[in-house]
Amino acid sequence: MAATSTAPSLPPALADAVRDDASLRRFLHGLPGVDQVGVEQRAAGLGTRSIKKAAKLWAIDTAISMVDLTTLEGADTHGKVRSLAAKARRPDPERPDVPKVAAVCVYPDMVATAVGELRGTGINVASVATAFPSGRSSLPVKLADTAFAVEAGASEIDMVIDRGAFLSGRYGQVFDEIVQVKHACGDAHLKVILETGELATYDNVRRASWLALLAGGDFIKTSTGKVTPAATLPVTHVMLQAVRDWHTQTGDLRGVKPAGGIRSTKDAIRYLVAVHEVAGPEWLTPDLFRFGASTLLNDLLMQRRTQLEGHYSGPDYVTVD
Amino acid sequence: MSERISLGRAENRIAVAKTYKLYIGGAFPRSESGRSYPVNDAKGAFLANAAQGSRKDARDAVAAARKAFGGWSGATAYNRGQVLYRVAEVLEGRREQFIAEVGAAEGVAVKKAQSLVDAAIDRWVWYAGWTDKIATVLGASNPVAGPYFSFSVPEPTGVVAVLAPQQSSLLGLVSVVAPVIASGNTAVVVASQDRPLPAITLSEVLATSDLPGGVVNILTGRTAEIAPWLASHGDVNALDPTGAPEAVRADLERSAAGTVKRVLRARTSEDFTREPDLARLRAFLESKTVWHPVGV
Amino acid sequence: MWEYAPAPESRDIANLKPDYRMFVDGQFVEGGGEPLKTINPGTEEVLAEVSTAAPADVDKAVKAARRAYDRVWGRMPGSERAKYIFRIARLVQERSRELAVLESLDNGKPIKESRDVDVPTAAAHFFYHAGWADKLGHAGYGPDPKPLGVAGQVIPWNFPLLMAAWKIAPALACGNTVVLKPAETTPLSALVLAEIIQQADLPPGVVNILPGAGDVGAAVVSHPDVDKVAFTGSTDVGKVIQRQLAGTGKKLTLELGGKAANIVFDDAPLDQAVEGIVNGIFFNQGHVCCAGSRLLVQESVAEELLEKLRVRVSTLRVGDPLDKNTDIGAINSREQLTRIEELTASGEAEGAQRWTSSCPLPDKGFYFAPTVFSNVSQAMRIAREEIFGPVLSVLTFRTPDEAVAKANNTPYGLSAGIWTEKGSRILWAAQKMRAGVVWANTFNRFDPTAPFGGYQESGFGREGGRTGLEAYLDV
Repeated sequence: MAATSTAPSLPPALADAVRDDASLRRFLHGLPGVDQVGVEQRAAGLGTRSIKKAAKLWAIDTAISMVDLTTLEGADTHGKVRSLAAKARRPDPERPDVPKVAAVCVYPDMVATAVGELRGTGINVASVATAFPSGRSSLPVKLADTAFAVEAGASEIDMVIDRGAFLSGRYGQVFDEIVQVKHACGDAHLKVILETGELATYDNVRRASWLALLAGGDFIKTSTGKVTPAATLPVTHVMLQAVRDWHTQTGDLRGVKPAGGIRSTKDAIRYLVAVHEVAGPEWLTPDLFRFGASTLLNDLLMQRRTQLEGHYSGPDYVTVD
Repeated sequence: MSERISLGRAENRIAVAKTYKLYIGGAFPRSESGRSYPVNDAKGAFLANAAQGSRKDARDAVAAARKAFGGWSGATAYNRGQVLYRVAEVLEGRREQFIAEVGAAEGVAVKKAQSLVDAAIDRWVWYAGWTDKIATVLGASNPVAGPYFSFSVPEPTGVVAVLAPQQSSLLGLVSVVAPVIASGNTAVVVASQDRPLPAITLSEVLATSDLPGGVVNILTGRTAEIAPWLASHGDVNALDPTGAPEAVRADLERSAAGTVKRVLRARTSEDFTREPDLARLRAFLESKTVWHPVGV
Repeated sequence: MWEYAPAPESRDIANLKPDYRMFVDGQFVEGGGEPLKTINPGTEEVLAEVSTAAPADVDKAVKAARRAYDRVWGRMPGSERAKYIFRIARLVQERSRELAVLESLDNGKPIKESRDVDVPTAAAHFFYHAGWADKLGHAGYGPDPKPLGVAGQVIPWNFPLLMAAWKIAPALACGNTVVLKPAETTPLSALVLAEIIQQADLPPGVVNILPGAGDVGAAVVSHPDVDKVAFTGSTDVGKVIQRQLAGTGKKLTLELGGKAANIVFDDAPLDQAVEGIVNGIFFNQGHVCCAGSRLLVQESVAEELLEKLRVRVSTLRVGDPLDKNTDIGAINSREQLTRIEELTASGEAEGAQRWTSSCPLPDKGFYFAPTVFSNVSQAMRIAREEIFGPVLSVLTFRTPDEAVAKANNTPYGLSAGIWTEKGSRILWAAQKMRAGVVWANTFNRFDPTAPFGGYQESGFGREGGRTGLEAYLDV
């Protein structure tokens, strides 16, 4: 692998895993398998946790603080991004105690606008990059895409892996790309999108998770939101288990971001329960867990009102941005 | 009970007549051809117009049945049993309506109509109980001579075209449709040509019984017109020619050979009031044998 | 830290009555035995008073069952019997929430298990067997197999409603009538099932339910006019019953104790194996005859697996059985708790290494924190005796042959688990295992279509599936 010189420093056992293409393949294929039925049953089982009252309110506020408020449309405009930024700053204008979201996530050409709107708020600006969503371009273009977003002020980069390379077993190539994008990020945090909907098996999700962690990704992220299925609970379980195992082996804390398809408070709470019980309570922070979502925020706000006001709220009582 | 709220029909009230349509993919469309034909009772009095299904309706019905096949065949046998039992429950609730319709269609006395409807309800119950027993009765572990574990399991064949019996408008219909779907197939049914009304009312029962849309599709019209299109259709896996006019039966079977469809063997005459055997269940099942080595 | 707020099911849903009576000949009647008080093991409060059967009541019940068999049930067409049993299935489904809460109150099991496993599986058993009632000629026992007559059935306290369903459904489907004795500590759900049977309008005497202690059970199984005996419970009692019935020609099935091995090979899907181990031993507080109470793990992955296991077990929430977030509820009785404590003490005394979750336990009620013993050897009591509690014994092995030898090294033979991603090894190990149920890459799965029962001292006869019908047919 070309880029091993710039690869992150790893404990000896893991450094060995990334020595060359063959070692990397041996390592990834040596990871324990994931039994589909088992992991789906576990996810469904944990999904029956009943979160009520104060625990629910805490979960709602925590979930709001973990939202990467996202707009990734060809039709995006500066106006749209500005209104999204306003929403991010004050999600519920009538209730200033609502926490602000973690980040606003946009395409690279919208980063400067978002940065301008969010300066001084503590809200991060995340940008997708590397020929999002398909990743089908040359490495120089992907690096330039990343550099463009970073220079415009993005503090977080959401990159996509080359799924074609991954599925044809060219793990070294995927690894090198992540390492180089990480390098291009400078101080910006790197979230590595695995696009689990295209990886097809949980075994692949586990391997891709480890590959991204070995290459230095700060977060592993499920999906672009452009492919069905996007985030699912069992896939997130596998990824949470990966960061947990990574922590056990290295002492290092990495994050997880499910993205796409999480629309309701009920869903969000199921994810938080998984974070709590699969990875562990220390992951219940926006530093280590995010939701990539656009419509989720309004449902969280409605449910928050329901909790505080004691009756059901409606969509006309939260702002549509 | 006072006269005022009695369930009997008030003499001075005009009844709301029902429009009988096709049942395709869980919806009730008219024939795309816009045609209909008059349906008379056994004595020749007009009952209603029924939609006269066309080859394109048949094509749409096959597409709907294919679309439903994955979900229905993939559902657990337990779930299919619950759904078939639900059909029996809902049918029981509309017992009076069916007695009237069967009586009109078949020209039988009320008592006979009652026993036919009751048998039709019980037939659903019988097949509801089969869904999760077919594999245990028809499957096998094969004691092959070697270090292999081998087993054979029945699987549904796919989309089955069913030409419903011409005489027995409800019991016959249920007796040919229920075994097809019990094992996980989906069905395109051509109802009795001259006695189609109970079939359409049955489709209203199916539509409200948790049966996913498209699992059963019911066409009314000229059997001889629609059947050849089903028998030759490339996406139909099997054919039950029970209700085929004698004159075209052999042609239909020849046509079915074009894609090697499974064809239910003709029986001289079938008494639908008797407890069925397994022939209709077995007819639309494949058997899959799996081998796996045994070793450390 | 995120503390889940209590999320208890309301106790009112159980429709508890101050007293319950036995069910004989279609009526709820006072029994001649000393009434018993059934308690909530989660709080030690008395739930209700339950009348129990005296010897004369047993006789009355058997006579009623005989009458119902001779006059109605034994000669009714299968298709009509089927519809009665389908009704029971539907009524159980309709009253599922009530039954779940009642079961958790009386037994101590977590509501999520009574709600998601016990009650739906009980309904499924009725549903499945209803379908057999008119298809017995297809079951492989000849064209027209006949029922046996009156079945005397005695069931344990670990799955009160589910065990009643396992016993009653096939008996009725095959055309027998029933006298059933529920466990002394958990009679309530069986008596609500009796109410359901009444609502389903079953002819009087077809099902009779007699609460009471072991003496009532003994009277039921030894009654001269009982044609078939089915018992689920301890191996000791099973042996007594088998001796009692010797020479009578009565048909007997026994589902007794177990000490199942759960074998984890080094190529197992480890995270799911951890889940399976947890489910295998902590499901229903470990009050499961087929519990995976002996973990046999390949040495090369033992350390990694045990570490993951301890982390996972630490997340188990022990407490109020009615709380929807409770993973492990209450031990069913003080007596059982004492036995678990005694056996775990022996484990420590014999030199096994004990690890117990530091989870908080309620002040009142019978609770035992999930416990894992490592460095266990085959000679220790905790490796040989059925603990019937949330206690796992971990042993290691080096080769597949050694795993199989250790797994089979027990007089029991109810169930076994195998964890490996290699298909041929699953089939090889399953073939070698002397156990009635072998789960591969899963554990504690129950389905009415799948026969269940044991080898050796775990009993004989099977419940469920086509095989299970044999126990209730004169074949």
